[in-house]
Amino acid sequence: MPLQGNLRDFSTTQLLNLINLAGKSGTLTFFEGKRTGEVENLGDQKRERIVAGQERAAMSFRSGKLIFAKMTGQDGSLISVLNKAGKLTDEQARIIRERAKNTTDKALALLLINANYVSQNDVVTCIQQHTLDVVYNLMAWNDNPFRLDEDVHPDGSRIQVPIDLENVIIEGARRIREIAELNQHLPNLDMALKFPDNPKEKFKGIHLSVEEWRVVSFVNPKNTIRQIAKANNMSETEIRRVVYGLEQAGLVEMVKPPGMEQAAAGDRRRRPPQKPQVQRVTVNRLIDKIRSI
Amino acid sequence: MQTVKMVITGPFSAGKTEFIRSISEIEVVSTEQNISTDAEKKEKEQTTVAMDFGRITVDDDLVLYLFGTPGQRRFDFMWEILAEGMLGFVVMVDSAKPETFREAKSILETFRAYAPTPYVVAANKQDHPDAWSADDLRIALRIEEGVKLLPCVAKDKESVKGVLLELLYSILEEMDAG
Repeated sequence: MPLQGNLRDFSTTQLLNLINLAGKSGTLTFFEGKRTGEVENLGDQKRERIVAGQERAAMSFRSGKLIFAKMTGQDGSLISVLNKAGKLTDEQARIIRERAKNTTDKALALLLINANYVSQNDVVTCIQQHTLDVVYNLMAWNDNPFRLDEDVHPDGSRIQVPIDLENVIIEGARRIREIAELNQHLPNLDMALKFPDNPKEKFKGIHLSVEEWRVVSFVNPKNTIRQIAKANNMSETEIRRVVYGLEQAGLVEMVKPPGMEQAAAGDRRRRPPQKPQVQRVTVNRLIDKIRSI
Repeated sequence: MQTVKMVITGPFSAGKTEFIRSISEIEVVSTEQNISTDAEKKEKEQTTVAMDFGRITVDDDLVLYLFGTPGQRRFDFMWEILAEGMLGFVVMVDSAKPETFREAKSILETFRAYAPTPYVVAANKQDHPDAWSADDLRIALRIEEGVKLLPCVAKDKESVKGVLLELLYSILEEMDAG
């Protein structure tokens, strides 16, 4: 049975770690998250149920190594990859595409190497970089259903370059850490923003990007950061990045919007833990009893 | 009469009440409440709001109590009270619901902080077609190698016995280690 879930619960980095440690083979497919409008209940937390829609991307693995990755709708053929990397000109790529319509990537690679268009190293490096680009792009996704099918493998005609997952995970984790730091700095998007005293002074000589101006135009103690993000059609990460920059520059300050409740104090004082005084013979009696049930 | 307590914890709908019900010699004293909304009812009809209570009598001198914690965070004021004096604890995880894994890990860490007692993790609902294997769960939950992560089906008494026995073996091992 396939492993399946959603990236909002289990990140790409965690999935890659699982595949690496367990030495798994197969194909990990990511889907568009289709919102159902239904609410699912996770104890205290309620959220909208998301089901798998169309396929968006896939990565394949052999014995815990990444061997292939593709984005739906993106041309990942050898010609495109070499063209994108500057190893083939647009004109060369067009001619080869025309003449080698029914040739597999593997066969084409041999032809190109034999014809001295590219070296074997060029092919390997470009395919590897393309695969990594796809994977790093995927690392930013956080709301997509996924499924790992251990009996699905990539088409044999594709060139597969095994890549150790450790480095991919480290780089992926670094990118996610950047997002986590922003989340840590700005954990509550229900806070509002206000201008500091003497805002005109602070804004003097400052050059803001278009996105920053869009945020600044909504700054008001009555608007939460979440509302500003929504009004500007920005993701949570995007708004965090902008607000962080504005705050660090002293251009805005965070305030509680009117009516915001104080967060419940979760750090109740705890008594020091106490171990029960139970003897070995008692545990053995419990074992005997449970065995006999 | 000596009483010994074990705690069965885990996220909402992980199977804690079912676990206790499968092995308790008494009808489980459940403090369950009907769930009000349709969305919540999709998961289960009732939820534990204070605790579940089951009992296994060894003999006239010794009784084992099983306490099931409420899964929702809004009832977590009960957790510390239930954890007081426990011999060990079981963390139940719904293996077919990866969306609850993070919460399971958080609950595990919370209970470890309450008391340094042995514990095991029960990968429940292994009979579900979407269940993650115990090995995959270990990696997903980042459970250390030394901690037992046991496949479990809470409605199966033999499976529940297996989990409790493994917890008791862990308690013995800790006593041996000193």
